[in-house]
Amino acid sequence: MHNRFSAASIALVLLAALPAPAQQPPAGGGFPAYKPPHMADGHPDLNGLWQSFVTANWDLADHEAQAGPHAELLGAYDAEPAGQSIVEGGEIPYQPWALQKKKDNFKNRITADVSSDEKWHALGDPEFKCYMPGVPRATYMPFPFRIVQGSSPYILMAYEFTTATRIVRMNWKQEAPAPSWMGWSRGRWEGDTLVVDVTGFREETWFDRAGDFHSDALHVVERYTPASPYHLMYEATIEDPKVYTRPWKIRFPLYRRMEPNAQLLEFKCVPFTEELLYGRFRKPGFQAAPEGGVR
Amino acid sequence: MSRLASIIVVAALSAAAQTPTPAKKTVAAKADAGKKPPVFRTPWGDPDLQGVWNDATSTPLQRPGGVSAKDVLTDEEAVDFQSDLANDLSRDRRDGGPEADVNRAYNEHWMDSRRLKITSDHRTSLIVDPPDGHIPALVPLSPERRKTRADRAAANARFNAGLPADFSDMSLPVQCIIRTDSPPYLPTIYNNDFQIFQSPGYVVIAPEMIHSARVIPVDGRPHLSKNLHQWLGDSRGHWEGDMLVVETTNFRTDDGVIFQGANPATFRITERFIRVDATSLNYEFTVEDPTTWSRPWTARIPWNKIDPEEQMYEYACHEDNYDMIHFLSGARAREQREGK
Repeated sequence: MHNRFSAASIALVLLAALPAPAQQPPAGGGFPAYKPPHMADGHPDLNGLWQSFVTANWDLADHEAQAGPHAELLGAYDAEPAGQSIVEGGEIPYQPWALQKKKDNFKNRITADVSSDEKWHALGDPEFKCYMPGVPRATYMPFPFRIVQGSSPYILMAYEFTTATRIVRMNWKQEAPAPSWMGWSRGRWEGDTLVVDVTGFREETWFDRAGDFHSDALHVVERYTPASPYHLMYEATIEDPKVYTRPWKIRFPLYRRMEPNAQLLEFKCVPFTEELLYGRFRKPGFQAAPEGGVR
Repeated sequence: MSRLASIIVVAALSAAAQTPTPAKKTVAAKADAGKKPPVFRTPWGDPDLQGVWNDATSTPLQRPGGVSAKDVLTDEEAVDFQSDLANDLSRDRRDGGPEADVNRAYNEHWMDSRRLKITSDHRTSLIVDPPDGHIPALVPLSPERRKTRADRAAANARFNAGLPADFSDMSLPVQCIIRTDSPPYLPTIYNNDFQIFQSPGYVVIAPEMIHSARVIPVDGRPHLSKNLHQWLGDSRGHWEGDMLVVETTNFRTDDGVIFQGANPATFRITERFIRVDATSLNYEFTVEDPTTWSRPWTARIPWNKIDPEEQMYEYACHEDNYDMIHFLSGARAREQREGK
């Protein structure tokens, strides 16, 4: 007892000797205060090709490096990288039934059966089937996206993955006219932060390959804040009273792609899924023409 | 949601080539001769093309028979031409038997009513060069390309007979791989909206018929390396006065990628966009391929802002491509029933 007390005292003394932590970090999170250049309308210029470098597309929460679902075929090729949670507080606050569904989703993540309308969307990660990723997943997939901000009431977000697109309508009143994969995005400026309120989601998108999911009641509020000429801080508050016990937040930086020839390339992934989804309906013995034609 | 309707129209647009007549040099897309276009500029000084545009028209790509050789009609002639075309496209006919009736009624459900009007300048074809309004004659094709075309025709025949053998029998639009996002842009039965976005150094065109954004750098950067190929190719634009001129290269070589089955190795496409007034722009494309057509050819399609409230909505294609399963599982069931 005596010894342990001494050890604790020494630790406290050592801690006190460390330099005091910096002042509360600014909105940029770890970045010094930054005043971005503005466009003609007085708002920050978010144009550019952006990409995240988190591993949240595998799992929003803490995850250890692990074998992929087909290690026996693919070895280290489909192994999954380790990563720290980007969820504030670490865990997604699921209602108990929903936590079980997330686990079932994970189990079925590489299962697809489009032979019946009921199973069409019930099985498999939408990413696996090349479906539009939804929000916020599109922002942390391992692909870049381009923000196109001009002088109209619209900002376009064009994603490389399955060439998904989404139009942000600025200061817009009209509610979502119909549910959609990428949701109905309405934007506004709060100082130098672009705030995007997204509703009108279809329920089928997932947040990651770990099976994290939501319902049609999903409401996402995103915040894009310039943190340097080369970084945006991204934050999203996720609310869905049908699935979670309270709203929760994710937060990570976006990096500007700096290669002089950087551009959005094409990832039209439908052809990569057709054998998986439709191969079973082929006429027995039919020989399909080789991909690529005459080159 | 079925896409068969649009496919029928796309197929109709790719009608067989006709004999050309010698032609004079094309006039580039311009506002009507003599009228100087008003200046629409972005805050950073580029011509301003931003907005939601619609390119629907009933004016066919090629001049149909029956309108003589006139390229532009009088007001009176235009009324008849428009009503004939609308009649051809609409359901109110009973000359094709019950199956055709059902198809027309089905297509009518999707029909964009703006698709039933001819261009406001009363032209009889979208093709402005050659002056006869027809796609130039084909040159003799290599044996490989004749085989590719024959394979495609056989696949289309299986599909049309309700017996597609495989997903690869479907056209790229039915597979939801490329639709109206690939140049050149031509009107179809529905979803004729395009939204143009601009930012310093970029023009971006998003069609409503499928989700994809065609990013066109206008900052002078070179094309992608010749080792990289894309379904939509690789576009670069530049301004010639108020006109946006776009060249697209680096197309993939899969059958169906290049407009009208032209040869990826020799195909060239140039598109021109020019603002005419607050609610219209002229879109023009010139295609050339000496291993496919006997001469280059050019079409002009007006793009209109039909309604200031017009909005683009998400079009999920592959995500709910029930057609694919219904066509294929239907074909297998039919074969089983008929003992094939």
